[in-house]
Parts: sequence; C-alpha cells; structure tokens
Amino acid sequence: MPDLRIGERGESVIDFMTEHLGGFFDLLKDLLNFGLRSVYDLLTVLTPVAMVVVLVVLAVLATRRVLLSISLGLGLLLIQSMDLWPETMQTMASVLVATVVALLIGIPLGIWSAFNPVVRSVLRPVLDLMQTLPVFVYLLPTILFFGVGDAPGLVATIVFSVPPAVRLTQLGINQVDSETVEASVAFGASRREVLREVQLPLAMPSIMTGVNQVIMLALSMVVVAGLVGGAGLGGVVVNAVQGLQIAASIEGGLAVVVIAIYLDRVTSALGGQGRANPAWWPRRRTVAPVAPVTAEPVTVG
Amino acid sequence: MTTDVETLAQPAHRATEQPAIAGRGLSKVYGLGDRQAARALAADDPAAAVAAAGGYLGAADVSFSIGTGEMFVVMGLSGSGKSTVLRMINRLNEPTAGELLIDGEDITKVSDSRLREIRNSRIGMVFQHFSLFPHRTVRDNAAYGLKVRGVGKAERRERADAALERVGLGDRGDKLPHELSGGMRQRVGLARALAVDPPVLLMDEPFSALDPLIRRDMQDLLLELQAEDRRTTVFVTHDLNEAMRIGDQVMVMRQGRVVQCAPGAEIVAHPADEYVSEFVADVDRARVLTAYDLQRPAKLVFEVDERPDAALRRLGDNEAQGAYVVGKDERLLGVVTDAALLAGVNRGDGDLSGSVSQDFHTVEPTAHIGDFMHRAGRQVVPVTVVDGRGRLSGVVPRATILSSLSTAPAQERERDERRLEVAARA
Repeated sequence: MPDLRIGERGESVIDFMTEHLGGFFDLLKDLLNFGLRSVYDLLTVLTPVAMVVVLVVLAVLATRRVLLSISLGLGLLLIQSMDLWPETMQTMASVLVATVVALLIGIPLGIWSAFNPVVRSVLRPVLDLMQTLPVFVYLLPTILFFGVGDAPGLVATIVFSVPPAVRLTQLGINQVDSETVEASVAFGASRREVLREVQLPLAMPSIMTGVNQVIMLALSMVVVAGLVGGAGLGGVVVNAVQGLQIAASIEGGLAVVVIAIYLDRVTSALGGQGRANPAWWPRRRTVAPVAPVTAEPVTVG
Repeated sequence: MTTDVETLAQPAHRATEQPAIAGRGLSKVYGLGDRQAARALAADDPAAAVAAAGGYLGAADVSFSIGTGEMFVVMGLSGSGKSTVLRMINRLNEPTAGELLIDGEDITKVSDSRLREIRNSRIGMVFQHFSLFPHRTVRDNAAYGLKVRGVGKAERRERADAALERVGLGDRGDKLPHELSGGMRQRVGLARALAVDPPVLLMDEPFSALDPLIRRDMQDLLLELQAEDRRTTVFVTHDLNEAMRIGDQVMVMRQGRVVQCAPGAEIVAHPADEYVSEFVADVDRARVLTAYDLQRPAKLVFEVDERPDAALRRLGDNEAQGAYVVGKDERLLGVVTDAALLAGVNRGDGDLSGSVSQDFHTVEPTAHIGDFMHRAGRQVVPVTVVDGRGRLSGVVPRATILSSLSTAPAQERERDERRLEVAARA
C-alpha cells in the first residue's frame, strides 16, 4: 500500500489554519470568553445559599417532585460546604455556553438532515468522527488555535457534544407519524408550517432528550477542559491529581457528580422521560397522571 | 336492460353539468424515476413492465367522473389502489400520468402555491387513523384548516365550535385528542374537515379502525350530514356493506385497475366479473337489491281489447295459467286467469275487461327484496313491479329472488334459476 501521509497532510492543514485564520480564531475566542464571563456573572449574582434555593425551585417546577428537588438542594449545599461554589459556577457557566452553542449548531443541522437524505449521509460519518476521535487528538490543535485558557476546552466540548443534538433532532422529526404530517399537508400547510406546527412540537420529547445528552457530554469534558487551562471544577481535579492531593480530588469529583445529577434530572424531566406527558405539554391540568404529583406538596409539607 | 339501469340510477345533472371531480387515465408508479416510469407505462403490459423495472404499479389508467353532491365510494382490498386514487385527488400522491380535474381545473398542473390554496379551501380530508394533532386541543384540531388559511382567532373558534357541534362534540373543545374514545376522535377528524366547509370531502377508510357499532353510528352521522350538505364526497373502504349503505356510485378496484363502476345495487345484481361476484358474496342482498334490479319483462301481456278466446289460446300456447292485462295508456289493469278467460268466452265478452281480477301483489321498483320476498309464489303471477304511474315495469319470479340471494357466481346462478323455474312449473 502506498503511504498517503495523511498525518502530515492533516498537520499542514492545521499549520495553514493557524497562520491564516488567526484573526477568526481570536474573534471566536473573545466571543466565547465574553459569553462565559456573562453567564458566570449571572450565576454569581446571588449568594451561594440563595442560588441553591433558586435552583431547588427550578427543579420543583421542572420535575414536580419535591423530595427529589430537596435532595438535589442538599447536594448543592454540600458543594458550598466543600468551598467549591465559585469553581462549580464556572463549570456550570462553561457547560451552559457549550450546550447553547452545540444546540444552535446541532438542531438546525438535525432539521436539515431530517429532510435531506444527502445531508444525512454526509453528516453521519462526520458525527461519528466527532464522537469517537479521541479528545486529546483535537485538543492539541485547539490549543494552537486559541492558546491556553477556557476557549480551547470549550471548543473541544462543543465539538464533542454536537452529535446527539443533530441525531436526536433528526430522529425525532423522522419519527413523527407520517399520516399526521399528511393531515397538515392535506389542509394546505406549507413545509415551513408543517415543520413549525406539527413536526417540531411532536419531535420535542426526542429533541429534549438530545439537549439532556448534550449537557451530559459537556459535563464529561469538564476535566479535559481543566487540562488545557480551563477554570472550574476541571482545574480543581487536575491540580489535585497532579499534586497527589487525594482529599481535594475527591471533593472536586463529588462536586462534578452533584451538578451532573442536578442537570440530568432537571433536563430529562423537561423531555418527559418516564412520564405520560412532558412538563411543557399543554393543558396538563386535565391530564390524569398529574393529579397525585401536584398533591405531593400537601402531604409532604 | 343494463343501459336502462344506468340512466335511472345516475343523477340527472351528470349528463349536463361538468363533473365536480374527473380522473382521466390516472396512473401511479411507485419506486421508479419519471423517465423509467413513463417508458414502463407505455409498454403493452404496464403492470409487468413496471414490475420488471423494479417498481410497483399502484394505479393503472384509472378514469372516473364524480358529479356534484355525489357520494362516490372507491372499494377494493388492500393494495388494490383505492387509497392511491384518493390521494391523487389532493396530490398527496403525485400522479405519474393522467389528469385530474376539479371543477375543470387540472390539479396535476397547478403550481405549489395554488395547490396549497386548493387543498385548503376546496378539499377536506378525513384519515383512517384519525391523524389528529396530539399536542393541540380538540378545538384547535378542528380549527386547523382555518388557521392555515389565516382566519382570525375569534372566527376560528366560532367556526370550529360550530363544526364540533355538528358532529356531536360541542362540549369537548377543551379536551386533548388522547382523552377521547376512537369514535369521538374520528368525529374530531370529521369536524376538522367540515370546519373549512370544503366543496369536496375525501375520506380514506375513515371508519375501518372503529368497532362495528361505532362504525354504524358514524355512517349514520355521515349520511345525516350528507343529507344536509350534499357535499361531493370520495369515500374509500374495503367494507362492501358500508359501500352499499352510503354510496351513490361504487367503483370497485383490483390491482390498480377499475373493475366496475356503478351504483351499489347494480354491482350486486350484475357483477362485472368473477372477482366482483366473489367480493359481493358476503353482502346482505335482501337489503341491497331492489325489485328494479331483479325484474324481467313479463312474458304474457294482453291488451284489454283483445278477445277472450284469442287470449285463452295464447295462454295455452305458453303453458301459463295467468297473464297481465294493460289498458290503452299502458296502465296495468290486473291479471286474467285461464278460468276467468273461459268464463268470459262462455259469457261472449268482446274484450278482457270483464275477466280482469286484482288477485296479485304489486311492489314499487325501489322496494328491497327483503320487503316482499315472503309474498312471492302465493299467486298465479309472480311479484309484479309497477312504476309510479301505474304502468307494468316487470315481474320478479320467485326463482329469481331465491337465486339472487345465493352467493354463487353469475353463470351458476342462472343455471340454478332455470332449474328452479322448471321445478316450480312441474
């Protein structure tokens, strides 16, 4: 077999990009850092304890499960007691920014590929590549592009977490009953109207599962982001491991677990998993299974 | 005889007005590119050519004509192309060849925006599995067509509620579809189609997912609505009894082709081929077939001014015991028996008026077999069909009634009929 020297070719592409696209990468870096900073400021407006109360209320609204929400609140208080609150909020900020960007890229791509088989077949191997190429392989070029700091970790996180948003959006749209779509078409709806009024609403549970997956994948990249100089819990864990501080690494790891569970429970409840209807479904007061859930506060309180 | 039935059964306007919907040479090829499909359709045996190219011929050279206000039923087994034909009417299925005229406009050639306009304002559709929007309330479902049209919220609500009222769901507007039973859901489906008040209604096996009692209720509802609106309706079903019950015209399809297109009773009485006769085997004939479908010309009819001795001789020549007597204006006066004629001869009567008796049973052409079959065979003459003006239309011998109720194919039935007739005479 001839040696195609793919590695060398790839490297020269990256060299080329570093040399000629520097301005673009700087702009991107500034934008990401600005977003990160803004979200972090927003998350730290309140004192940690007040923020925990807000997060518990959000959890109740989303899950309608009071005991679960209180347990989540206790977990968050544990983070404060470990004195890791600012780092946790930094991580939260980077997860939120990465998730929003990943969804802004992933959902439109998912919609496009749901309607276009060519796009679908082109995207598939690309998504496979993004999900399975070992993270460290593209972490190095991102450092070359963005330098050390929050940005390279964030970009790597986004690359890693876009695929489920694309896949589950496309799946959700293609799974909508074709006769229901036809009903909309038969009444004269345009493609845009069919998408907006029938396909997207009915694909929403699947799309919300995608959102949940994106968040989970983003969280799983926290420590990797710490390796390249990202602030937050990743940095805490990396420093602890490098310094052989077992106690600190346990605390950092535990904090990651707590916000992982919090974000998972809240976002999966929004997707309606394990329930007859998701929380955002209209007219929930007439839906029978909701009654015992809303009765819960009375029995608990 | 056949032509008579057709002229009688078809609404009078068919001859003069242009049809509400007309299909001409419609074909649908699945799974082939346009050029390949066109080549296959041009072959001597399109079905084989399409299959050889790896496609599937869903509808082959289908033509039909539906009058305004008509309930047109398309019937066939699954895969017969009936739904394909229905869906070509609003181009949910794009016809591969042929034209489809709605009020004279060829819908296969219109632009996308005009097509959406036609779908929205001229055609309502009801689906087999209801296909309601699960995330919208019953009222919003019913209002959907109006929403697409851009009708304001207040008017939308009013018209949706009116449509729901018509289908008996006036109080369920705030429910979600999954809170309703199957029959109610299809009522919502019907209300959704009616709310836009379209001149054409397409119904794709709308009641086949419902259990038999509910199905009957829904048929009643549809017939009620139809009696008020006289809306041009295309109704697809695989249930022959349903087709007979609601259809003005029934088009039977098989393997993408039209086998027979006629009023329901005509199809039961005169199936075009073996396939149709097998198909109609299960139908409750006594409720479908009418005296008109079964009647044949009376063998012996005397003019009232005929001489009794001549009439008696003809009676003997025909081995009959009785005959009909009609007046100058063709009105049926009654029957004469051989005994009465003999008495007339002995009295020296100059015509038959003195010998006529009323000892026979008459029915109108529209009477169903079930209504008169018990009277057959009690008199010397068969059941007599008399039209609205008192003229003799024909007779229905008992043998014909009995054989028409059997499910045997046509030729066999005729043979049995002859046997029964011979036996009856002996």
